[in-house]
Amino acid sequence: MSQVSETTVEREIDTSHMQVSETEVAIDVVNMHKWYGDFHVLRDINLRVMTGERIVIAGPSGSGKSTLIRCINRLEEHQEGQIIVNGTELTADLKRIDEVRREVGMVFQHFNLFPHLTILQNLTLAPIWVRGIPKAEAEATAMHYLERVKIPEQANKYPGQLSGGQQQRVAIARSLCMQPKIMLFDEPTSALDPEMVKEVLEVMISLAEDGMTMICVTHEMGFARQVANRVIFMDQGQIIEENEPEAFFSNPQHERTKLFLSQILH
Amino acid sequence: MTIRELGRDTAPRMSFFNDPVIRGIIYQVVVAALLLAFVYWVIGNTAANLAAQKKTNGFDFLWKTAGFDISFALMPWSRASYYWEALVVGITNTLLVAFIGVVFATMLGFTIGIARLSSNFIIARLAAVYIETIRNIPLLLQLFFWYFAVLKTMPSVRQSIALPFDAFINQRGIMVPRPTPDQEFAWVMVALVGALIVAVAIGGWAARVRTRTGRYPSQIVWPSKVADAVVTFLVAFLALALLLGLVFPIASFVVVSAVIAAAVALGSLTRYAAIAKGAVTFFVSFVLFNALLGFMFGWVPSLVVSLVSALTALVVAQVVYANTANRPPSDARFPLALLVLIIVGVPALVYWATDASLAFEVPVLERFNFKGGLQLPPEFIALAFGLTIYTASFIAETVRAGILAVNRGQTEAAQSLGLKDGDRLRLVIVPQAMRVIVPPLTSQYLNLTKNSSLGAAIGYPELFNVFGGTSISQSGRAIECMAIIMVVYLTFSLITSAIMNWYNGRVRLVER
Repeated sequence: MSQVSETTVEREIDTSHMQVSETEVAIDVVNMHKWYGDFHVLRDINLRVMTGERIVIAGPSGSGKSTLIRCINRLEEHQEGQIIVNGTELTADLKRIDEVRREVGMVFQHFNLFPHLTILQNLTLAPIWVRGIPKAEAEATAMHYLERVKIPEQANKYPGQLSGGQQQRVAIARSLCMQPKIMLFDEPTSALDPEMVKEVLEVMISLAEDGMTMICVTHEMGFARQVANRVIFMDQGQIIEENEPEAFFSNPQHERTKLFLSQILH
Repeated sequence: MTIRELGRDTAPRMSFFNDPVIRGIIYQVVVAALLLAFVYWVIGNTAANLAAQKKTNGFDFLWKTAGFDISFALMPWSRASYYWEALVVGITNTLLVAFIGVVFATMLGFTIGIARLSSNFIIARLAAVYIETIRNIPLLLQLFFWYFAVLKTMPSVRQSIALPFDAFINQRGIMVPRPTPDQEFAWVMVALVGALIVAVAIGGWAARVRTRTGRYPSQIVWPSKVADAVVTFLVAFLALALLLGLVFPIASFVVVSAVIAAAVALGSLTRYAAIAKGAVTFFVSFVLFNALLGFMFGWVPSLVVSLVSALTALVVAQVVYANTANRPPSDARFPLALLVLIIVGVPALVYWATDASLAFEVPVLERFNFKGGLQLPPEFIALAFGLTIYTASFIAETVRAGILAVNRGQTEAAQSLGLKDGDRLRLVIVPQAMRVIVPPLTSQYLNLTKNSSLGAAIGYPELFNVFGGTSISQSGRAIECMAIIMVVYLTFSLITSAIMNWYNGRVRLVER
C-alpha cells in the first residue's frame, strides 16, 4: 500500500457545475464477466454511471479495478454480459469500438505520451487523424488545453524533457483535445513523486468542477473525499461495497473494506 | 571545512610518477614508441624477405595485362584487360550481389519478423523455425548446399527444366529472356520517371491539405473515385479473363469478363462498394490459388484444385469484405488508386503513342547450349540466394526486437485516442520501432556485403575471388592486392555507417 497517500488540494471546491444527471446514463455495465484464460478476473460486475458522476474505484492491487475501466474503452475485452457506453454496446464490431473510444478519454499510470512527437504534436495527432480537424484549429484547441493544465510554454518540447507531473498533465490535455464525454483515470498519480501528485490532482479536480463524467482508479483518498460522489470498493474481481465518500470512510460495511481502510488510513 | 582549507593552503606534495597527468603522458609515449618499432620491424622484414625472393613490389602492376579469364562480368572483359579492370569487375560483382541480397533480405526479413509476432500460431511457429534453423547453420555450408546440392544437381542443358515466361533452369544456371528495348522505349522510361514524380507530388500535396484543412482536397475526390473504378475494372477484367480464358474456357471470355468487370467497377462507386471489393478479391485470389495449387500439385485433378481454390478465395474475400465495410468513405481516404493509375497509366499511354517496343530475346536451346537470352550463372544465384536467406533470418530478429521495444502503453494510448490500426502503426509504432531497428539493420547490411566474399568458395568472381585469389597468384603482389581489398571493404563500411549515423542523429529522441 505504499502508493496510498492523503494528498489534499487546499481549496474550496466549486460545486456549481457538478450536477449528476437523473436520467442520462453514461456507462452501463450489466452482469459483466472477464477471464484471463482460466483466471476469473471480473465476476458479475454491475455498474451504472450517470452523466456527470465522479466515481472513485479503490481496492487492493490485483482486485481487478484497472481491468474494469480498461474494459470500458475496450482495451480489454469482456466475455460475458454487457457494457454500454453512451448508448453504444461494446462488441467485437470495430466500428462501435471506434465510436466509443472517440468519446472516452483515458489517462494512464505511466502517461504513455508519444516520445517522438512534441507536446503540441502529441495533442493534435488524434484530432487531426481521427476527427479530421484542420491543423490550425487543432493547434488552437491544443494550446487552450495546455493553458488549462498550466504548461503552455512547454508546447514545443518533447515528453522526455518534462517532469513526471508535467507529462501527466500533458496526457490529460491530450485526452481532453478529443473533447470526450467521459474520462477514465487509471492510477494517474501512482508513478509520481509526492510533490507532483498535487499538480495533477489539481487538474483533475478542476475537470470535476466542470461537470466531467469521471471514473478514477486511485489511491488518493483525499481526492475521493473532495470530489467523488461515489466510492466503489473492489476485491477479488467483485464490487463488494459502494457508497458516498463520507459514509464509505466513516462507516464501512464489509469486513474486507474495514481492513483495507484501516491499512491505508492509519 | 578544516580539511578543505588545509588543502587550499598547502600545495599537495606528490612525486612526479604519482601525478596522473604525467603518468598518462608516459604511457602514451611508451605505447606509441612500441607501435612504431613494430611497424618498422614488419615493413623492414617484409621488404628484406621480398628482396631475398627477388620479388618486386609497388602498384604499377595495376596497369599491366591480367591475362586470365573471369566467368561473369558486368562489363567487357578479356584476357587482354588490365589488373585495374579486374579490380573494377570484382567491385561491381560484389556490389551487384550485395545490392540484390540487401533488397531481398530486407523484404524477406521484415515479412518473417512481423510473421513471428503474428497472433496466428502456425505462422508465428513457422517463422520461428525458419529463423532458428537458418541462423544456426554456417553460411558457408548453406552456400555449398545451394550450389552443389541444389543448382549443380539440376539436369543437363539438353534436359533443361522450362520455367514460365521462357526461362530455363539447368546445370549452367538460369536462362532468362534479355530485354531489348528500342530507341522509343527511352521515352517510356522518361514518362515513368515523370509519372513517379507527379504521383509523389500529388500524394504529398493531398496529405498536406489533409493535415491543414482536415479533408482531402476536393479537386482530387472525383478523379480518385474514377481512378478507383478504373483500377477495379482492370484488375477484375484481368482476373476474369484468366479465369474464363484458361481455367473454365468459354468462347467469348473477353466480352463476358468485360461485362462482369464493368458491373463490379460501377458497383464500387455505389454504396455496395464493399461487395464489389469482395468480388474483385474473390476473382483475383481464385486465379492466384488456382495457378499456385495447380503448379504445386500437378497430379491432383483440376476440378479439385479449382474447388479448393474457390473455397479459399471465398474466405479471403469474406475477410476483405468485412474489413472494407468498416472503412471511412472514399473522400476521407488517401487517393492511392489515382496515384497507381498515374504511375502505370502514363508510361503505358506513352508506350502506345510513341509506338515503342520492348522486345525480349528469348533463350533458344541449340545443339549444345542455349543461344540468346541472359544467363545467370549458378554461382551468382547460389550466392545471392544464400546471402538473402541467411541475412533475412537476422533481419527478422532485428525487426521483431524493434517492434517489441515499443512499449505496449504506446499502442494503448493510441487506441484510447481512437486512432485506427493503420494510423496507429504509421504515426506511432513504426517511427519508434525504426529507431531501434535501423542501427542493427546497418550491421546486417555490412555483414551481408562482407559475407559476399564467401562467394570465392563457390567460384563467384566477386572482389575477393578476383583480386585476392587470381590476381595475387598471377601477379605475385600479395601485399598490394590485400591492401587494396581491405581499403575497398573499409570504404564500403565507412560509407554505410556514415549514412546510418546521419539518419540516427536525425531521428534521435530528445530527452533532457
